[in-house]
Amino acid sequence: MDVEIRDIHKRFGAVRANAGISLRVTAGTIQGVLGENGAGKSTLMKILSGFQPADRGEILLDGRMAHIGSPADAIRAGVGMLHQDPMDFPAFRVIDDFLVGRPGGISLSPGQARRELQAQAEHFGFSLEPNREIARMTVGERQQLELLRLLWQGAGVLILDEPTTGISAPQRETLFAILRQLAAEKKTVLFVSHKLDEVERLCHRVAVLRQGRLVGEESAPFDTAQLVRLMFGKEIVVSAPRSTAREETVLTLEGIEVEDARLHVGPTSLEVRAGEVLGLAGMEGSGQSLLLRVCAGLMSPVAGRLLLDGHDMTHRPYRSFHDRGVAYVPAARLEQGLVPGLSLTEHVLLSERHRGPLIDWKRGRAKTARRIHDFNIRGEPDNTVESLSGGNQQRALLALVPDPARLLLLEHPTRGLDVESTVYIWSKLKQRCTQGTAIVFVSSELEELLRYGDRVAVLFSGRVSAPVSAALTSVEELGELIGGKGLEPAA
Amino acid sequence: MNRQPSQPETRPETVGGDNTSTTPVAAHTPRSALGRTGLSRGALNVAFQAGAFLVALVITTLVLLVAGAPPFAAYGEIVRGAVGSLQSLADVTVAWVPLVVCTFGLLVTFAAGLWNIGVEGQIMLGAVFATLVLRLLQDTNAPAWLALTLAISAAMVGGGLWAVLAGVLKAFGGVNEIFGGLGLNYVATALSLWLIFGPWKRPGVGSMSGTEPFPEQLWLPQFSGLRLSPWGLGLAVLAVVIVGVALSRTYFGLKLKAVGRNMRAAFLLGIPTWQYVLAAFLVCGLMAGLAGGIQVTAVYHRLIPSISSGYGFLGLLVAMLVRYRALWAAPVALFYAALNIGSIQLPIVLKLDSSLAGVLQGVLVLCVILAEGARQRLLHRPVSELPAPQEPGRGAPEHATPVEDAL
Ligand SMILES: Nc1ncnc2c1ncn2[C@@H]1O[C@H](COP(=O)(O)OP(=O)(O)OP(=O)(O)O)[C@@H](O)[C@H]1O
Ligand SMILES: [Mg+2]
Repeated sequence: MDVEIRDIHKRFGAVRANAGISLRVTAGTIQGVLGENGAGKSTLMKILSGFQPADRGEILLDGRMAHIGSPADAIRAGVGMLHQDPMDFPAFRVIDDFLVGRPGGISLSPGQARRELQAQAEHFGFSLEPNREIARMTVGERQQLELLRLLWQGAGVLILDEPTTGISAPQRETLFAILRQLAAEKKTVLFVSHKLDEVERLCHRVAVLRQGRLVGEESAPFDTAQLVRLMFGKEIVVSAPRSTAREETVLTLEGIEVEDARLHVGPTSLEVRAGEVLGLAGMEGSGQSLLLRVCAGLMSPVAGRLLLDGHDMTHRPYRSFHDRGVAYVPAARLEQGLVPGLSLTEHVLLSERHRGPLIDWKRGRAKTARRIHDFNIRGEPDNTVESLSGGNQQRALLALVPDPARLLLLEHPTRGLDVESTVYIWSKLKQRCTQGTAIVFVSSELEELLRYGDRVAVLFSGRVSAPVSAALTSVEELGELIGGKGLEPAA
Repeated sequence: MNRQPSQPETRPETVGGDNTSTTPVAAHTPRSALGRTGLSRGALNVAFQAGAFLVALVITTLVLLVAGAPPFAAYGEIVRGAVGSLQSLADVTVAWVPLVVCTFGLLVTFAAGLWNIGVEGQIMLGAVFATLVLRLLQDTNAPAWLALTLAISAAMVGGGLWAVLAGVLKAFGGVNEIFGGLGLNYVATALSLWLIFGPWKRPGVGSMSGTEPFPEQLWLPQFSGLRLSPWGLGLAVLAVVIVGVALSRTYFGLKLKAVGRNMRAAFLLGIPTWQYVLAAFLVCGLMAGLAGGIQVTAVYHRLIPSISSGYGFLGLLVAMLVRYRALWAAPVALFYAALNIGSIQLPIVLKLDSSLAGVLQGVLVLCVILAEGARQRLLHRPVSELPAPQEPGRGAPEHATPVEDAL
């Protein structure tokens, strides 16, 4: 399906999220959409898919004017969107979620739906168990489900907003294969991402947005430096920072074992020193999150001991960890990390220790303005967190980490950040390290793990490898470790 | 303890990343018909509220016509009944006191994302505790001020305990506060009836008119010739101001809001979530208990069967009508109290049931909520603009408003 957007405008208060964007995408194209955080990518995609109205502008599908007033209108017109975070119903089972979006779904017999779901899944090489609870699925699986549903609803234009954050490398490859297949079937794909290598590999064409405007279009093959220049208006230099590890040990795990309904992790013994950065690698769902949550005191280990600065913290509640300077930054920003409806100022006030019961709003705002500046957040102190762009929410989340902190536990800390902000945020984090803060972080980006980690531990089906030195490991070697080489799961 | 508050999952509204919730911002210029008229957002809001009010009036008028009553005479009667004399103004204030106290209590539980349906029972328990203390002290020579102070304190304790019980059932028993509250309301009603017709019955035979009235020195002093007690009014204003300040200017209020909107994130921010849930119930219970205590010591001077007079439920309506904003709660509560008092004379003058006020009050809330939905739809906004305490705003059970005469 051909898509044409003409002169789209969208304002939020003083912010011009889209300032006259026009773009044509012909059927069968995988169109990349690039741009720094807050450039207006999600806004444009939401307008196209009916989640937000444009102030001005037109959308044409196959040359005909389309009136898209709601997501339902959009899907009827053949436009489906996969959001930055999956929008399914966590309490549902796979099959229910699938049925919900189906027009006239009530008249459909569950048996038939199940067969159709399985046929669809097989067609694309997914394995989705209809009775699984969605809450128990990984982000990647939830995304596959969402994708299937959109296709089943007859989407001819697929919009994917940062679909590769938080999914594993094999899941990404599956996704790319499907997108290519869909393009070959003359469907149109709009692909929003911050990962230049992915965009270069996948997309036929790329549009770059900056401050609400279309600043350039390129066709494959792409020149990375040129894309970066278009996005930021300058070159970005990425360098690996020096290690700041000290002698003293902050975190000690002795034979720690954790488990949830799906997975048993460990036993593992680890030490993390002050100023050190430890990366946790592994396919999504290999136990990284569980391990991180144990270190945060959010879960109790089933065996082993956990020490913080030499104090035995095993089975202590989260608040004792919190009081000892442990900060945990979850991956699900708006589900776990931030409070929708509250402003940035209110978040900052909540994240600080305070004396006395009364709030000094003026001081709070001033403090927030400083943090906004420090962390380069595009937003005002009184903005609610959900009005920020994805990348800016991530920065806000990191801006809330108490300072000083002894141990930072970060789940996908740069998820959704553009290249420039990733560099910037890590410089902030490394600054913490020079003050003696230890960092343990989970990431699915191998380059990030090796560039910013001092050591990297690999998890495979719940087994934890001895950490390898980041400086002595190549991306290829790490990739093999993640695939399970040299670390077969216990029988 | 990281239990999520039960949230109805609705598609675009669910927390789902940067893609869903849209908070409207001032200078937004919609392309809709309304937008083109050039009305500012504030003016639009007022227009919609006024429209809702008019629609509510029209519906109520239709109800009156169907009932075969002269609408304008009825409205005139309500206005006269509410503001026609010093006496009626005082009566409106008497009704306003428990209503506004309960409403502010409910603002606290709403802030924490809780539907404290049990507020009615909490008022009753407050009344029961106050009565208990006064009964114990009326035959001793304890000074009146001491007896009254103890009675009102006991009332607050009683209401607080009853509310915390609902909170404990929720936090530790997994009982939704709506069901817990409903159940506790029935228990409270049964308890007060049992007391009135059993242990505390009047000499001779128990009656619906309640327990034996207390001696006059145990009444909270009233303005001469009026039923209004300056003490009751003072206590109410004081309590309302304290709660208002707590909600808007303290860390307590802010943390409650965080717990109410995202318990998981609040927990990670280091807020002891279930303690805050209990605290919200406690504060609301203290307020409801205070209302019950005032009804006993300043208004009825005894325990009567329906001592709560439906002010708890009415408070829920007021809180919803003002969309959980404290600043508006006091005047709107006053309006509702005036409707209640104004309609008292209807049965006598126009042979109409005084529940007409209830009809208008209920319809008004529905219209305002509907107008809010319509406004968002007309402005093309996805309906994701969060109502203050998010979830309670949605999928709430429609409850009848048993509005009984205040006096
Ligand atoms: N609902 C809203 N209310 C107010 N401002 C908003 C709203 N949605 C987006 N914005 C603002 O519009 C701008 C563009 O946001 P958008 O989400 O489109 O950025 P983006 O390109 O997707 O960024 P990211 O890469 O960080 O996801 C940002 O400055 C953001 O703060
Ligand atoms: Mg975005």
